[in-house]
This record gives sequence, C-alpha cells and structure tokens, in this order.
Amino acid sequence: MTFVGLEAVSLTYRLGKETTLALADATMDIGKGEFVAVVGPSGCGKSTVMKLVTGLLPATSGTVTVAGKRVTRPIKGVGMAFQNPTLMPWRTTIDNVLLPMEIVEPHKRRFRRHRAEYVAKAMALLKTVGLSDFADKYPWQLSGGMQQRSNLCRALIHEPELLMLDEPFGALDAFTREELWGVMQALWLEKRFTGVLVTHDLREAVYLADTVYVMSRRPGRIVMARTIDLPRPRTLASTFEPAFVDIVHELRDRIHQEHAA
Amino acid sequence: MTDRTRRIVTLAMPWMAMAVFLIVWELACIVFDLPEILLPRPTKVFTVFVQRIDILLAFCWDTLWTTVLGFAIAIVGGVMLGVLIGASPLVYAGLYPLLIAFNAVPKVAIVPILMIWVGVGALPAIITAGVISFFPIVVNVATGLATIEPEMIDVLNSLGASRFEILRKVGIPRAMPYLFASLKVAITLAFIGSVISETVGGNRGIGFLMLSAGARNDAPTTFAGLFAIAIMGVAMYAVCVLVEKRMTRWAFRGQLVS
Repeated sequence: MTFVGLEAVSLTYRLGKETTLALADATMDIGKGEFVAVVGPSGCGKSTVMKLVTGLLPATSGTVTVAGKRVTRPIKGVGMAFQNPTLMPWRTTIDNVLLPMEIVEPHKRRFRRHRAEYVAKAMALLKTVGLSDFADKYPWQLSGGMQQRSNLCRALIHEPELLMLDEPFGALDAFTREELWGVMQALWLEKRFTGVLVTHDLREAVYLADTVYVMSRRPGRIVMARTIDLPRPRTLASTFEPAFVDIVHELRDRIHQEHAA
Repeated sequence: MTDRTRRIVTLAMPWMAMAVFLIVWELACIVFDLPEILLPRPTKVFTVFVQRIDILLAFCWDTLWTTVLGFAIAIVGGVMLGVLIGASPLVYAGLYPLLIAFNAVPKVAIVPILMIWVGVGALPAIITAGVISFFPIVVNVATGLATIEPEMIDVLNSLGASRFEILRKVGIPRAMPYLFASLKVAITLAFIGSVISETVGGNRGIGFLMLSAGARNDAPTTFAGLFAIAIMGVAMYAVCVLVEKRMTRWAFRGQLVS
C-alpha cells in the first residue's frame, strides 16, 4: 500500500533570472511502514525530495501524495531531523523533545493539564537513546552525538507516521554515527513509522533501509531502486558480511557511473 | 602572575584608569595654569559636588525618573513594533524607510515642537528620552526575528505550527538576547534625550542645572552636573547588563554557567 507517492515530479528553482532543474521526473512509491534511503552524488537534489514530500516546497510538475492526499502545502505532524540538530538553545533537552507536543493536536490541547504524562513519555524516549541523565541539560552542554539523539527524540515524540531524515548523522564521527544507526533501527523496529532517509553514506543506507533509491547527477533522476532484503535486526558485524558488502558495491558502482557520465 | 592577582588587577584596572585620567587632568590644570572658568580642577569639581549635594541629588532624581520612564515606554513600543517588523516582510518594507528617516531627524530639533505641544517640564524630557532610545530597540528586535535559522522554521512548519506559534516558540525567545543587547545602547541614549530636553526647555533636572550654572559662568557646578550624568549613565548601564545576564543566560553559553 502506497503511503508516500511521487509521480513524475519535477522541481525547478528560480533564482533571479536563472532557473535550475533540481529534480526531474521522479517517481517513487513508498509503502506504509517502509524505510527508504535516497542516495546519490552531492548536489543531486536529495534534500529537494524531502522538501517536496513534506510540502515545504511545491512541485513544479507532477504529483506528490501522502496518505492518499495530494500535497500542496506543508503537511502536518511530520517528524523531521536535519544534519544540523536545530535544537533551541534556550530550552533544556526535555523541553526541546516536548516541543512537538505543544504544537501537534491532540497533544497541544492536553499538554498543560497532562504535562507529567508527556514528560514521562519523553523521558522514556530519552532513555532508549541513552540520554536519561541529560534531560535537564541545555543543548550546548551536550556533545554533537547527544544533540543529534535529542533531535531524533524530538522528531519521534509525537509518533509521526512519517519521519524525514536529511543526513542526520552526517556531521558525526564514525563511531557515534554507527552507534546511532543501531539506535535508529531499534526505534524503527519498535514504532514502524514510514521513514525517508537522505544520505551519502551507502553503508548507512543499506544498514537502515528496506529500499535504496539511487539518484543521478543534477538534474536529479532516480536511476535505480534497490530492495534490501537482509534480515533484521542488522548489526554492525553484518555490515561486513559478503551479502551486505555486495549491495554496497552495487550501489557504489551505479553512483560511479553517474560521476563518470 | 597568579590567577588571584590577575583577577584583582583586572578588577582594579577601570579604577586605576579613571584615577590616572583625573590626575592627568588635575596636573594639566596646575601646570598650564588654566582659569577655572575654562576647565576646573577635578578636586574643585569634587568639592562643589559635596557642597551642593542636596540640589544635585534633587535634580538627578528629576533626570533619572524622566529618563527611566521614557526608556520604559520605548521598550514597550519598540518591542511591539520590532516584532511587527521582524515577523512581517510587508510591514518591514513599509515602515523601515520611515523609521530611518525618523531616526535621522536630530532629536534636539523636536524639543521646541514638544514644548509647543505639552509645555515645559518633565513631559518633553520623557518623550525625548523615549523617542531617542526607541530606534535601536526596534532594529534589534526585528533583526533577532528576521535571522531565525530556516531549518528551525522547517521543523516547526512540518509539525503544523501556525505563524503565531513560530513567533512565540522561536521568534520571541530568539529575539531576547538582541533586545537586551539593545537596551544597553538605548539607556545611554535615553539620558542624552532627557538632558537635551532639559537643556533646551526645562526648569528642572541636571541639564537645566548645567545650563543655568553655565550662564553664571559657574564652571565647577556645570562639571559636577556632567559627573552626575556620567555616574547615573554607568549605573543604569550596569543594571541593563545585570538584567541581560539573568534573562538570557543561554545566549552566553558556558561562560556564565559553571
């Protein structure tokens, strides 16, 4: 069943008199509860896909649908996490995580009176990412990895059906990044939201996704959709097994073709 | 130098600099034999300060309350207009040129007009202080709102936040450090405003005291008034810094939190 659908979607940026075709004729079909990754050479319009799906940018042509409805303006209640954690420095970690509850219905209406219940929920989520002891710290008192963990919690606290991740682990060191893949997978296995991950890390894409979409150089086109049928939960050790490595190589070759073209 | 002595020296530096400044001034007056009417010696100014402390305090009080009242009005109005301008590009486009034109008018020029409208006394001083300190507050609050990270807005938009919610959850808290930074500038400007008004058309306050003392060729009293304004200015500035550090601790990051 299609949850997120892109049909022949193109997007043209206009900057003054210059126009740039950022995304050409993209067609994608993401099922409910599926986790997909979008990979491709830098500047190929991966992030554009994110903005199109969430309605933050309107498509120039083609149609985007989410949950059967056509997207024409920002859709509500999506979870989003960027490379930059965008936490609010004036809020403690717990208050940052609780932010969606103050905005998304029906929580918004209940928030004041049932605050304790929501705090408990946020604390439970922080615990799953190993941040229970840092709930009352400010973001600038946390390490980059911790900030990104709080960011993930904020993106997930309102249990969105759709989670959009734009290179959320891109700015982290390799160890922290791989550790957070595990955190992300555990969260997904538990909550089964539909996930769209934009990344340039092929191992990350194969580790987390059910389907990996490969995009061409600008103007971005989807040139390959690879189903990853490796068993879950995947472990860091499994990323070194031949089956895993073969898929990564296959994807890498396809992207290299794009660079060579 | 050990940490302790370094800290003591750091604390003592401003006082020593002031002492050197006053000593050089005193010596210059003696060495060049300057007439008192031109430049009174600091010791003489101090003597007058002590002798006429009653009238100085009374007139300081007049200047202080008119300044602070005008400043308070400027904060309320400035924050409201700043939020409006910062939150709406349309209002920004419409009002900003007008605001700049308004700010370019020398405030001393509006005092005679104010006197026609509201007469002599405290009211023109309050209004001038308010009008002159209004501009930096508006500009800073608007800047704070206009420079929100677009990604932060994306996050809130994708949650379905309304424009008002974005303003309340992100805009206002983010504009706070900008506001408090502007208050430090605005309070000193407010003093300029009230003293100008008192000088041009007042019957009370330090500005009036200095003007009348000047008319009597009483230079030491004029300088005593000058010192009084400086002391009040520094004190109010310090109050603004204190409030700033308390209210926007997060903006100073680790520096104050330990």
